[in-house]
Amino acid sequence: MKKFNKIFTIIVFVFLYAPIVLLIIASFSGGRGLNDLRDFSFHQYRELFRDRGLMQSMLNSLLIAVLSSLIATVLGTMAAVGIHSMGKKMRSVVMSVTNIPMINPDIVTGISLALLFVFFGRMFRINNIMGVFTILIAHITFNLPYVILSVMPKLRQLNKHLTEAALDLGCPPAKAFFKVVLPEIMPSIISGGLMAFTMSLDDFVISYFVSGATFETLPVQIYTYTKKPLPGRIYALFAVLFTLILLVMLLMNLLQLRETQRRNRKLVMPTNDL
Amino acid sequence: MHNNKARFLAAPYLLWMAMFIIVPLAVVLFFALTDPSTGQFTLGNLSRMGNHLQTFGDSIWLALVATVVCLFVGYPVAYAISKASDSQQRLLVMLLMLPMCMSFLLRTIAWVAMLEDTGLINRLFNAIGFGPFRLIRTPGAVVLGMVYNYLPYMILPLHSVLAKLDKHLIESAQDLGCNSKNVLAKVILPLSLPGIIAGVTMVFVPAVSTFYISQKLGSSGTRLIGDVIEEQFKQAYNPNLGAALSLVLMILIFLCMWIMNRFTDSDEVLLV
Repeated sequence: MKKFNKIFTIIVFVFLYAPIVLLIIASFSGGRGLNDLRDFSFHQYRELFRDRGLMQSMLNSLLIAVLSSLIATVLGTMAAVGIHSMGKKMRSVVMSVTNIPMINPDIVTGISLALLFVFFGRMFRINNIMGVFTILIAHITFNLPYVILSVMPKLRQLNKHLTEAALDLGCPPAKAFFKVVLPEIMPSIISGGLMAFTMSLDDFVISYFVSGATFETLPVQIYTYTKKPLPGRIYALFAVLFTLILLVMLLMNLLQLRETQRRNRKLVMPTNDL
Repeated sequence: MHNNKARFLAAPYLLWMAMFIIVPLAVVLFFALTDPSTGQFTLGNLSRMGNHLQTFGDSIWLALVATVVCLFVGYPVAYAISKASDSQQRLLVMLLMLPMCMSFLLRTIAWVAMLEDTGLINRLFNAIGFGPFRLIRTPGAVVLGMVYNYLPYMILPLHSVLAKLDKHLIESAQDLGCNSKNVLAKVILPLSLPGIIAGVTMVFVPAVSTFYISQKLGSSGTRLIGDVIEEQFKQAYNPNLGAALSLVLMILIFLCMWIMNRFTDSDEVLLV
């Protein structure tokens, strides 16, 4: 049984990675398309870095991901602290609204925002309202729940008496928050922000409905490419992105590992002293 | 006193969500209930739902099949991962999250190439003397695409529940004479129900509303509701009909969620 489970897991991982491996191999191929792999070359990579359009939309995606996750992290953390101190009834109403974009299919979220922007456009007579701002607003909106749902549980675990002690000792509430609460919830703020960043970087469906010709993110541009036979430089792009994300993930993993090691050492230390 | 002031920190967020979640849904309702040419109130868009009943049915059916496959494939994998050592678990979870961060458009295109009549899989079949089979542009290919794209969304919540499972409960069940089959059925499965519910939701919702997977891997016979909605906005340009379809889809999903949450005691839905 145990052995079966292990082999089955390996097969599933092969299934998950087969298309990725194929795309990466294709990025080094001189042939035409994914079924014509031959003549090893770096040609596709040279083409990729020469493609101004692709480079521009990659920068656009990064800009939107950084801005939207930063804004969502600040707004969301404030919101989580606020929601935490609400009464039970009020809190459950707000959390239900927070859950709407999580439960709603992306296509419905995208369309509802697109219709809102169209509505705005008609009201204020703005032609071509879809652009950088509509994408930014949409990304902040779907990022906010990730931050809130990441920070809320940590706030609930927080020792209430610590804040009370700080206040009793004459610390003003705002300072107590920054000195006592914030350092404690920082890890979940960061992980919520990182989650928001990756969600934003990878989002296609919502961006697709709220973007116009003036400002395209990378996934939206890739979608336009996939309507025709794909040029080889797209495979090179995929390989570059894969390497970058792999590096970021390994780095995060390493940081996490060191964090737990440090914590374990701290826990062990006092007993050693005895 | 401090609490009363802290509440106002949520004010910007509440304003934002009212503006960009509640109002947009009201706008969807408005578009769904107005005529595209005259702008007058009408139930015409909603009454045209009848034409799309088949599409709704197909979407729900294919998404359901994909969800069930994900559950049966994902559960043993999540269980195996939760049994590994801490550092291995971290690595495996990372390997599950990595594909989720990569463009699903391009990964789906890779499947198109592999499933083609002269693609990798048919060439493999050919080499051992079978085929070629017709793989692409079938309902099966669409289900495969859904399973491939959303399987990690099933495994991750299952794993997070299984990894936190109190081992003493399993041990005590064994001590009390429970065999391994019963331990699974009476202890592990019921305790992992929140993970199952979260996983099923996270697979079913995107699968039932997808338009890209069916566009690339399906045929005209497997047009899903997401395809129809997308066309209303990007090609046919009838946002009113599209809004009506989205409204029905949304109500359908919230209904499913409500029914599913009846099955669990906890009122908290576990996400991510």
